[in-house]
Amino acid sequence: MSDTAEYAETASPGKGDAAPAATGSKTSRTPSPWRSRLYRWDIKASPYVFVAPFFLFFGAFGLFPLLYTGWASLHRLELTNLDDSTWLGLDNYTNLLQSDYFWNALGNTFTIGVISTVPQLAIALGIAHLLNYKLRGSTLWRVAMLAPYATSVASASLVFTLLFAWDGGMVNWLIGSVGIDPVNWRESSWGSQFAVSSIVIWRWTGYNALIYLAAMQAVPHDLYESAALDGASRWQQFRHVTIPMLRPTILFTVVVSTIGATQLFGEPLLFGGTAGSKGGADHQFQTLGLYLYDQGWINGHLGRASAVAWLMLVILLLIAAVNMLIARRLRKDR
Amino acid sequence: MRSSTFRRSRRSRRLVAYAATAALATSLLAACSSDDEGGSAGDGKITLNVGTFGVLGLKQAGLYDEYEKSHPNITIKENVIERNDAYYPKLLTQLQSGAGVNDVAAIEVSNITEVVQTQGAKFEDLGKAEGVEKSTYLDWKWEQATTEDGKTIGLGVDIGPTALCYRKDLFEKAGLPTDREKLAKEWAGDWDKYVALGKKYMEKAPKGTKFVDSASSVYNAVFAGATERYYDKSGKEIYEDSQGRKDAWDAAMKVAQGDMSAKLKQFDPTWDQGFANAKFATVACPAWMAGYIQEKTGPEGKGQWDMAKAPADGNWGGTFLGVPSAGKHKKEATELAVWLTQPEQLAKVFAKQASFPSTPSAYDTLKPSAATKAYFNDAPITEIFAEIAKNTPSAVYGIKDAQIGQSITDIGVLQVEQQGKSPDEGWEAAQKEIKDVLGQ
Repeated sequence: MSDTAEYAETASPGKGDAAPAATGSKTSRTPSPWRSRLYRWDIKASPYVFVAPFFLFFGAFGLFPLLYTGWASLHRLELTNLDDSTWLGLDNYTNLLQSDYFWNALGNTFTIGVISTVPQLAIALGIAHLLNYKLRGSTLWRVAMLAPYATSVASASLVFTLLFAWDGGMVNWLIGSVGIDPVNWRESSWGSQFAVSSIVIWRWTGYNALIYLAAMQAVPHDLYESAALDGASRWQQFRHVTIPMLRPTILFTVVVSTIGATQLFGEPLLFGGTAGSKGGADHQFQTLGLYLYDQGWINGHLGRASAVAWLMLVILLLIAAVNMLIARRLRKDR
Repeated sequence: MRSSTFRRSRRSRRLVAYAATAALATSLLAACSSDDEGGSAGDGKITLNVGTFGVLGLKQAGLYDEYEKSHPNITIKENVIERNDAYYPKLLTQLQSGAGVNDVAAIEVSNITEVVQTQGAKFEDLGKAEGVEKSTYLDWKWEQATTEDGKTIGLGVDIGPTALCYRKDLFEKAGLPTDREKLAKEWAGDWDKYVALGKKYMEKAPKGTKFVDSASSVYNAVFAGATERYYDKSGKEIYEDSQGRKDAWDAAMKVAQGDMSAKLKQFDPTWDQGFANAKFATVACPAWMAGYIQEKTGPEGKGQWDMAKAPADGNWGGTFLGVPSAGKHKKEATELAVWLTQPEQLAKVFAKQASFPSTPSAYDTLKPSAATKAYFNDAPITEIFAEIAKNTPSAVYGIKDAQIGQSITDIGVLQVEQQGKSPDEGWEAAQKEIKDVLGQ
């Protein structure tokens, strides 16, 4: 009986008028035990049925590739012959850990990650703060913020490649007009990393700004009012009200951006032009993602590429762990 | 009453949800397998997919339209991937899985040995196909696509007899001779003479121009004439001591260190701009490059470009057509591949695109289109390429030719040319890269 009562309740979410009608039906006929069992089963099972497709697809397109990649990373597996594999044990991993190219790629991924993520989030925070003021045509500004994010990596990278061309590129023309010698952006090591980062910053700043903006709008207005009454300037309001209230959001964007930076692939690949997977003549902007692609699809060593993929996973898990520790620290601080 | 309708509608809504979930799942699964249909419809009409990279010229020459007209039941779809370094891994993946393969697949010459040695079983034997005459094709071209047990997996489309293209207007401004025969004589037999002319050019170079587009272009042009390449006949790597490799490297180093190159990376957008803005006076010119030059330099370049024989004859690039056995319409695909590589058809591609046929019997009838000829200042394109093709030394190709060549030009040469490293440093970096490529 309690079942039906419960049902009546769930059936009428917040609607007072349905409830008496339901009790009416309760008095008119009692459901058979079979019905109620079926019903109970339904309640229990249907959520699983609803989530099943996701897990089926995750199994097919997420879990299986993950396990297969793990298996492949322990074998010599060549793109030219997938039917033939020889057991190598951990050789692929030890080879990688001894390879200069791997460490170089890891280092590049880290430096590009830092010089793209830190300015990106800082700028996004500033922009969000500005957008949070009452502005004329604020929707227009907000949409404009999202435009770079909506641009495809390919077209954005192509445009930036031309901007950063060492001969006749706009950037060199600009710095040339203030008397600085042209820089060969692609072939200098810091120049290329800066150029790749600028593509990332351009594409993702607006996206993060909108996330911050959404979080800012959830900050109670009275906090600002009382801060203003206490004589806090706008900058002080930003520092002492906005930032603390945004802490969880900032942490979220840091985690997401870090994952994105670790997997950075399209921008450096296209910035590199022909043979982009090498990341420049001295591998100066070859990221882990590019290194993986180069090993697997250009050189055809799928086993080694799989080992790179697994090492990337381990690195991401480490980063997640560090993030979690920091998050816990932050929570305690409050 | 209200409650019962409410309950019914609730249940029916849930049913709808179940149905929708099931439908979604099945349709997604169906989408995964819909590859199998391969475009064959009930009315006997079939679609043949042709996989190519870059501009092969078959479509541009109108060959597909012509074939579709004489075979009303066939539709031809060309799937182009811009660059071979992206196309080739995809081809290998398709061959391995047997799914999504093109009915006819183009294969680049630097990959042909690897395909012959490792993928031979996955292709149809075109040597035995109806209408194929071995004698129509250049011997060495035929051999390159033939497995040890005599199975020919690819028919030659074009080859890359390599001349030198130069800008007459820039040569004139720099005070150099502009006559193609005179130039060819001046540097005949020795790439050093070509480099020496480059020095002369740079002394009076028109503002903002260089002698050559890139050091890699010189590397590739010299290497095109090498008899000793990266592998010996037994398939052993000899790139370290190979004479052909050394000669090409030395020439490229002279150009890079003599500051004669515009330092552009070939096939990059900035290289294309270099053509349009007349940034360089010469470029290594395999036949397929002639079409590229016309396209990228545009109408302003008409009559400014000319073409002369290079210091040595050689072959850079070229393509084969193969029929993967996993294809749905092997019979029709084989017929198409055979038809496309017949001398008459390849002659049409030459007329339109200047890609040079691998079928010598076509050479007498070859005529470049009036536009192409005019573009290169009425140079006797056919005669130049045909002579080079005849004199090209036969070369041994190896299994990782493409990747070794790429390591040398994109790592080694570029480090010297653009990063200002010494030739020794550049070569060391290239060697290290090659070891990584070969998995050593």
